[in-house]
This record gives sequence, C-alpha cells and structure tokens, in this order.
Amino acid sequence: MALTREQLAQRVAQEFHDGYYVNLGIGIPTLAANYIPKDMQVMLQSENGLLGMGQFPLDEEVDADLINAGKQTVTMVPGASIFSSAESFAMIRGGHVDLTVLGAFEVDCQGNIASYMIPGKLIKGMGGAMDLVAGADNIMVTMTHASKSGASKLLAECTLPLTGKGCIKRVLTDLALMDIAEGKFILRERAPGVSVEEIAKLTEGELIIPENVLEMTL
Amino acid sequence: MAGFDKVVTSYTEALEGLEDNMTIIAGGFGLCGIPENLIAEIKRRGTRGLTIASNNAGVDGKGLGILLEDQQIKKMIASYVGENALFEAQMMSGELEVELTPQGTLAEKMRAGGAGIPAFFTATGYGTPVGEGKEVREFNGRHYILEESLVGDFSIAKAWKADRYGNLMFRKTARNFNPMAITAGKIAVVEVEEIVEVGQLDPDEIHLPGIYVNRLIQGTFEKTIEQRTVRSA
Repeated sequence: MALTREQLAQRVAQEFHDGYYVNLGIGIPTLAANYIPKDMQVMLQSENGLLGMGQFPLDEEVDADLINAGKQTVTMVPGASIFSSAESFAMIRGGHVDLTVLGAFEVDCQGNIASYMIPGKLIKGMGGAMDLVAGADNIMVTMTHASKSGASKLLAECTLPLTGKGCIKRVLTDLALMDIAEGKFILRERAPGVSVEEIAKLTEGELIIPENVLEMTL
Repeated sequence: MAGFDKVVTSYTEALEGLEDNMTIIAGGFGLCGIPENLIAEIKRRGTRGLTIASNNAGVDGKGLGILLEDQQIKKMIASYVGENALFEAQMMSGELEVELTPQGTLAEKMRAGGAGIPAFFTATGYGTPVGEGKEVREFNGRHYILEESLVGDFSIAKAWKADRYGNLMFRKTARNFNPMAITAGKIAVVEVEEIVEVGQLDPDEIHLPGIYVNRLIQGTFEKTIEQRTVRSA
C-alpha cells in the first residue's frame, strides 16, 4: 500500500537525530514534527526568522507577531531565538541547518528539483525553497511517486522550471525511499506491501535496484 | 534644533517627497510586521508607477494588496505572491511586472544594498530561471550567480518600540525583513507601536541603530492574522 500522509511524516521523522536543527517545508514535512521521538531534541527553524518553533498556540495564546513560514500562528519552545530574514538565510545558505525537508512536483536522477512553478498555471513564487535547496547539504524531498493519472514524477530530466540544480540526494515518495547518485536513482526502501516492480514501473529515470531492498518500518 | 530626533507627527509628513515612479523597499512577511499605516498613506497619496520590493504583496484588501486596487504598483520584486487574486490577474494581463526573487536572495539584496555592497555571489538560483542571464563564477568547485543589491528611494517598515533617535526594537517574527528594508532606503520611514524617551532603551537590546532611520512615527495597528491556527487544550 502507498504510504499515507501521516506515514510519510513518520518516515521523514526517522531522518531526525538528537541535536539536529531542521527546516520543514509546508505540508507533509511539517507533519513530521508530530513524530519527533520523545528521547530526542530537535529544533525547528522557520525561515521567517525563528529557531525553536513550538506547537500551534491555544486560543488565548495567539499572537499576530508570531507566525511560521506558512503564515500560521505558532508558539516558541524554551531556548528559542528570533532574528531577521537576512540572518535566517545566512544560517540556511551557510549550511548550518542539519536537515531540510521539502515537497516537489518533479525530481530527476541528476538531482534536479522542480517545485515552484507550472508555467501558465501556477506562478506563486519560490519563497525560500531555492535558498534551502542551494544551501543545505542534507535535503530530503517528499512527494507522491506519480501523478493521479500515473505519470512518473521521478524523471530522467525535469520538465518544469528548476528550483535547484544537482542538489537533491534523497527522495521519499509514497512508494519508496531513494538516493540519487551519479545520475541514477538507487532504491533503498519500499513502502510496506509495495513491490519493487511497481516502483520500477513508475520511475522514469534510471533506477538501480540493489539485491536487498528493505521494507520500511513505521 | 531637531538634532537626532526623528519623530514626525503625521503620516503625510512621514512620506513627504514620495513621488511617482520611485522605488520602495518594504518590510514584513505576509501580513506580519507590515507598515500598514504607511501603505495606507501611499494609497491616500495616489502615488503611481511604483516599484516595490517586499517578500509578499499582501492579500486582497490588506497590506500592499490595497495598492493594486488603483494600479499604483508598476513592478513588484517578491519571493511569494500566492495569496492575492487581484495580483495574479494584473500579473497575467501584463499590467504588473513581477520579478520573482528567492527569499534569501531578496533579504541579502536589501542587506547588501544598505551596507554599500553593490552585488554578491550566491549559489541560490544557479541553473534555474532565476540565474538566466546572470554572471556565473565557480568558487571551490561550486557554481554561483551574481546578484545585484537593492537600494530604494524610500523604505517603509514597522518596528515594535523606538526611542526618539530611531533606535529600534522589533517583536517576535514581526522583525523579518524590516531591519534590512530600513537600511536599504535612502529615506527610511519607520512606524512603531511605542516611542520612548532617549536613554530608556538599553543600548545592548537595540536591534537596529537609529543611524539608519530618517523618519519615525507612532501608529496603531490592526495586525491581521493570515492563518489563525490553534490547538485545543
């Protein structure tokens, strides 16, 4: 079975390590914050200028001056800090954030990512995504493996305008976890109950299938 | 003798000298920490042909969105413009020119502009539409594109607290683009919630020194929340 949104978030959370500073994109990546293991400390960075983002506020705690990058009201954890957008992107571009997780429309086996624009249809802007993919070394992309009509989103070459070039090394889809190296996708894990053949069929870019492909544990 | 006293008492005075076709650098992220009364004053003045650099363009009827209603903006430099139907319509029809700029690049363009640095190299946008036509240099095996900084005729920003000399403190994530926006304007106009007497702010607690501020005004703020999101107890 393809992973649900919650299961994707659970698998994302397995990438967390104790003491990590993490930037989570809007959508499924943000859900991963709900699965930080209890015995682990992870500090969430919000690129509008907050390190140490907490949960959503109680009704009486809502503060118009305290929002996340998705413009939602949030809270701060003890030990949080506030800074300007320039400082925020200095820590992103300077490679100080340990893990970045974000969504995409397409990823190709050269490590290119397209996530911000569908010409003629959706032109909202890249926000901080271009800075995040260019600045982070450890990036995980989360997306569905194929479109609703069954077209692969793991391509030989992205068709949409790029957000970043040659910067993606790890992709988690609802079917599989893959690494990208030397112009190829490498299958690392498959979703529970999903066959290697099914994944291969929906992966357009060149795919390496190692002998032992683990089933994800969630 | 006004000395270092930056306080003005009316919004008309705050934006005196703002003319058609000028460039404005604006602080704020979404509707958080926006100079809402200064934006309203620009609408009242009817200034047209403006180029505005701001992370977002407000929403319909709020923030910079109100300047779209009378087509006062000619060009928008922003990273994300997705919350505004009027904006989209004007962009699609070609009435409004839009330069989509990565958020970190936009912040750095303002910071560098205010610091007298005309351009800088960044990896952000290399190999993407943002990098097209820009100079590429390789440093330590990585590619970087040359981005030019931004300087405005005016900057408009919002801070939390100030002393009369324009020394500023911001509050929580309402800081965002405001400090850099202020430094990048030839005439920097800042509105705040509270102005205190000189000497009442601890110099160690000042987020932005008054040297960058030309005009200061105290206002009252609506502080619209875009996405009110709460948890239950």
